[in-house]
Amino acid sequence: MSRILPHPFLTLLLIVVWCLLINSLSLGTVVFGTIAGLLIPIATAAYWPHAPRIVRPFRLVFYFFVVVWEILKANMTVAMIVLFKPNREMKSSWVTVPLDLKTPEAITVLAGTITLTPGTVSADLSDDGYSLLVHALDAPHPDEVRDEIKTRFERRLKDIFE
Amino acid sequence: MIDIAIHITFVAVGISQLLAMVRLLRGPHVGDRILALDTMVINAIALIVLLGMYWGTEIYFESAMIFAMLGFVSTVALARFVLRGDIIE
Amino acid sequence: MIVDLLIAAWLIIGAFFLVVGSVGLLKLDSPMKRLHAPTKASTLGVGALLLASMINAFAYHDGSLHEVLIMAFLFVTAPISAHLIAKVNIHHEATDQPLPTPPNDDVWATQDRPADRSL
Repeated sequence: MSRILPHPFLTLLLIVVWCLLINSLSLGTVVFGTIAGLLIPIATAAYWPHAPRIVRPFRLVFYFFVVVWEILKANMTVAMIVLFKPNREMKSSWVTVPLDLKTPEAITVLAGTITLTPGTVSADLSDDGYSLLVHALDAPHPDEVRDEIKTRFERRLKDIFE
Repeated sequence: MIDIAIHITFVAVGISQLLAMVRLLRGPHVGDRILALDTMVINAIALIVLLGMYWGTEIYFESAMIFAMLGFVSTVALARFVLRGDIIE
Repeated sequence: MIVDLLIAAWLIIGAFFLVVGSVGLLKLDSPMKRLHAPTKASTLGVGALLLASMINAFAYHDGSLHEVLIMAFLFVTAPISAHLIAKVNIHHEATDQPLPTPPNDDVWATQDRPADRSL
């Protein structure tokens, strides 16, 4: 199993991407995509020895929709801030988010989510990997931003990955 | 109606391309210039997609895809170069 | 007719967010603030345009899902470029406020540079 299929999700993803690239769903496309999806993980297996473990894959789908909703909702507020708020009244600040997550994949997903949801950008990770530096565009109360990130995203990611 | 909307969008994307170019020329810091280039690449992808819609062909999507990849790689390469003085260590 | 309206609406939404991204790039006054406007508004702007193009393709042509690939690619790569540009800003000390100290450690990863690097 692990010899032939080192990363089953990667294989599936490669088949889907191949079909989208060709832009048709015929037998030939799927067969060729499967060949590519089987060969590429084996050829690159040496570069990622540890497959990321996803404990509850279905919650990841739910998480995806939560993030899309957050992006849509917060994009409007950021557009309004950018267009109508004078620079002086904008209180941008640094927020430090202490991390409960341990696996690199989960931290990467969390940092990506923070950047994609408007108003916050994840800027840096502390040297030991236990806290994340986040820049908030307009945050009068930095602690609220931190609590929001922790309850809304980090708790869900902890369920999914650990 | 779609034609009118496409024309309006062409103008809007052109304007935002010009604004990004102003920041590219003015930008006091290196980070601003890299960011302006990144924005210009994204606007260029939008222009290519619009052109594909306007002429009703699909052959432009490959070029939009390639533009997205090249833009990402060049942003990362520029940032790496500024950060470390080297791209591949 | 309704499809036309939908396509036109998505096009205008996309155009609006692209312009907002560039206006923010020009208007905001510090490098870290400027990072906020384009990286998000642009991804949503291009996302809306791609959605319009996809609806257009399904309504008037054979239909294509190519655009999903571009959208997914942009959404995966946008945080990474933003992160690297933020690191460049920190490295050049182009931040308007000093960085807070991390709770368990004394420096952030970008500030941790060796005393002399042999190039």
